[in-house]
Amino acid sequence: MHLVEELIQSNKNFTAEKYTAKDFSSDQDVRWCPGCGDYSILAQVQRVMPELGIPKHNLVFVSGIGCSSRFPYYMDTYGFHGIHGRATAIATGLKIARPDLTVWVATGDGDGLSIGGNHFIHVCRRNVNMKVILFNNQIYGLTKGQYSPTSEFGKVTKSSPQGTVDQPFNPTLLALGAEASFVARTLDRDPKHLQSVIRRAAEHQGTAFVEIYQNCNVFNDGAFFPFTEKETKDENVVYLEHGKPMVFGKQKDKGIKLEGFTPTVVSLSDGKYSVNDLIVHNENDTMLSFILARMSSIPNLPRPVGVFYKVQKPLYEVEIERQVQTAIQKNGEGDLEKLLNHGETWTIQ
Amino acid sequence: MAKVLENLDEVTIRFAGDSGDGMQLTGMQFTSTTALVGNDLSTLPDYPAEIRAPAGTLFGVSGFQIHFGSTEINTPGDICDVLVAMNPAALKVNLRALSDGGIIIANTDGFDSKNLKLAGYQSNPLEDSSLEKYRLHAVSITKLTENALADTNLSPKVVERSKNFFALGMMYWMYSRPLEPTLRWIEDKFKKSPELVEANIRVLKAGHAYGETTEIFAVRYEVKPAHLQKGTYRSITGNEAVAWGLIAASVKSNLDLFLGTYPITPASDILHELSKHKNFRIKTFQAEDEIAGITSAIGASYGGALAVTTTSGPGMALKTEGFGLAVMLEIPLIIVNVQRGGPSTGLPTKTEQADLLQAVWGRNGEAPIPVIAAATPSDCFTMAFEAARIALKYMTPVILLTDGYLANGAEPWMIPQVSSLPNIAPTFATNPEGFLPYSRDEKTLSRPWAIPGTPGLEHRIGGLEKQHETGNINYEPENHEFMVKMRQNKIDGIADDIPLAQVEGDEKGELLVIGWGGTYGAIRTAVEAKRREGKSVSHLHLKHLNPLPKNLGEILLKYKNILVAEINLGQLVKILRSKYLLPMLSYNRVLGLPFKANDIEQKIDEIL
Repeated sequence: MHLVEELIQSNKNFTAEKYTAKDFSSDQDVRWCPGCGDYSILAQVQRVMPELGIPKHNLVFVSGIGCSSRFPYYMDTYGFHGIHGRATAIATGLKIARPDLTVWVATGDGDGLSIGGNHFIHVCRRNVNMKVILFNNQIYGLTKGQYSPTSEFGKVTKSSPQGTVDQPFNPTLLALGAEASFVARTLDRDPKHLQSVIRRAAEHQGTAFVEIYQNCNVFNDGAFFPFTEKETKDENVVYLEHGKPMVFGKQKDKGIKLEGFTPTVVSLSDGKYSVNDLIVHNENDTMLSFILARMSSIPNLPRPVGVFYKVQKPLYEVEIERQVQTAIQKNGEGDLEKLLNHGETWTIQ
Repeated sequence: MAKVLENLDEVTIRFAGDSGDGMQLTGMQFTSTTALVGNDLSTLPDYPAEIRAPAGTLFGVSGFQIHFGSTEINTPGDICDVLVAMNPAALKVNLRALSDGGIIIANTDGFDSKNLKLAGYQSNPLEDSSLEKYRLHAVSITKLTENALADTNLSPKVVERSKNFFALGMMYWMYSRPLEPTLRWIEDKFKKSPELVEANIRVLKAGHAYGETTEIFAVRYEVKPAHLQKGTYRSITGNEAVAWGLIAASVKSNLDLFLGTYPITPASDILHELSKHKNFRIKTFQAEDEIAGITSAIGASYGGALAVTTTSGPGMALKTEGFGLAVMLEIPLIIVNVQRGGPSTGLPTKTEQADLLQAVWGRNGEAPIPVIAAATPSDCFTMAFEAARIALKYMTPVILLTDGYLANGAEPWMIPQVSSLPNIAPTFATNPEGFLPYSRDEKTLSRPWAIPGTPGLEHRIGGLEKQHETGNINYEPENHEFMVKMRQNKIDGIADDIPLAQVEGDEKGELLVIGWGGTYGAIRTAVEAKRREGKSVSHLHLKHLNPLPKNLGEILLKYKNILVAEINLGQLVKILRSKYLLPMLSYNRVLGLPFKANDIEQKIDEIL
């Protein structure tokens, strides 16, 4: 039973080349609409990959269905374009069978949170060591413009001409509620930040969930412009940094202060409050992470981006492997002859 | 009093009581002991889907039937010789299964006014002579159990729950079985609570002693060992055999076994069994749903595991999109469907063969999948191994159909020599030179298995139509047709690599009875009975259903009549009629129960 083990062993001494971003670009033509936010995500992921020092052949990108799920075709790694919503389940099986591989999942708000919602919450709670990047454009792109589970209440789309009556999911809050061990948010139009969050996710051991605000310039253009455009972003985004107070604004003149359990915006320029009154971000604080995730549902608060939460928990596939090893230690390597003949048998002469 | 010892060739006993009365356990103990004394046997557990249905009700009755003998036994028995009834409901539900003149052993303490009312009896059948045509033995089983445990400190509940061992002890006496195997089992099972070991042993022995001393049993029976082929045997159920067949395939193929599954009756025992043997490097994943069960298995197969998903009925429906993905990816995958009564939730604990057309055809697009079926509980071992062989050799999902009867039914199994099992030799692609993910093996048409972790073979696969050889996304009309036909040809070609169909009986004649799956024993019994009467009838049992054995067409032409017998409304017959364009008769029952040999005999009589 060691065919896979042999293969792993024979490539153990394979030294990864010094890759560049270009090495991660496959020979396939990219088929996203011109101007799509996905291009930026692809470029930033390809830029971060060489830094990780992982041989390309040990990297697998798994996806479901949708625009975002075409992602694996464009990465020159192993790639698996699955079926709608099931990427995290496929990746879970792969990771259990092959803990040696580095597995990334590319998904969207429809794929990951609607049809794949069940698998998503379960991968989070199990803490399978994979990175899940969710391209959130708050719309169904590939099916041409229906509302998604993250579309805002009342949104007018092809399938909701009078506006939706659905309340949206808040992806970071959902991931936290499902006990994910790493939860972050970033933006397609902020390449540096996107890279830094991808890097942090890559370093994390456990299910790392990254929500990426991604512009669909065809069916939902500008959905995140308040958070991404030069004129508005400074007033609307607060960057989360571990151990630092939550300051924002072009002049760094505003901050987030807790009133009871409710985050509120305070001015740092009128002498009433100082940075000492502000929330100091702590990535390891469970309660705080929920408050930060909730902020996106409260009007007039800036949108937090960065790493909301990070904690170390047992890895699912490692625990499964441990049980296998324990069983081998306790009962010896499986012996088929012994299995078939154990218990009550009788012989006819 | 001297007791008469009478010799019997075969006996069918049914234990029946409330769901909580331990009838399944009693039946299984009787089965193990009977196997150990060398009888051939076949069993039929028959229990409700509810775990503990309200006590005393008709729908809460749990039964276990065992047919054993000194001759070849192929079915759990059409009718019972003995019915052990722990309460009125058990009597009422099972009486129609008892032969005229059959023995009833009734627990009189279970026949109180409340239970009589629940079972809908106006008067007590044990006293009103309505059971005159049977040999009734009314025994105060509960009271006798209480007496046996009178000087212990066990709670009344525990005492009451051990009464099944009293019944078992009586039956051991009546059929001259040794107590030792069950004594050993009790000691092992309750080793953590010595008082339960003591109590159950005492009750078992009390039941046995009661048979010996009471005057109501004048006759004791003996069933001599069967003339089975030389070898070492064990008793095995279909679900165990599936699990062990998969383990054997994993050992022989040098691949780690991965099971992705979601609990569902009656398939869950395969998960339980595999979970016990992790020292074979087995990884079992209890997924969040049926879809994750199959898709995780697909992920594991992609990573180089021998991947399996197990399910039944509604679970099969949920996995359907995953089957299509596995067809498109052309990766090995074993799907075990332990069929149960449908549609929808249907009859979770009952048997049926109504998923055949679904297995063969039930997918979007042209999505051929090999389908095979096990014929007996122990045959599940062989067919699980066969499923793995086909899946790995042809890089394809394979559906193995078993059913609720095979899954829970037990029979003696001659343990195979491990060295006699064929090797399965899968290989992983490793050479980057000229590597194309959808290139084809000339003979099998299978594509290379190129698993992640192999330097230089980085490639992308998915559910979109792919270009021949490169595997790149491709929507060209000609390429699509080429690939649809390629996938079909690959599966059709498996016909060259499976055993030819074999007829039991004459090579030509008046009637050929065709069956598939778990009906093997009943059809064989019926056909043999008719052959002994001199009728020109033969039996053909199909284990490979897609593709079909190559010689099937010529065989069919050699019989005047063809009868296809199935536990559905006629599914195999549709496939055979459309493929061979021959008229065929069909025999169909959908009772949630295995066929009775007698029913098939009557059908044969109608035709001949």
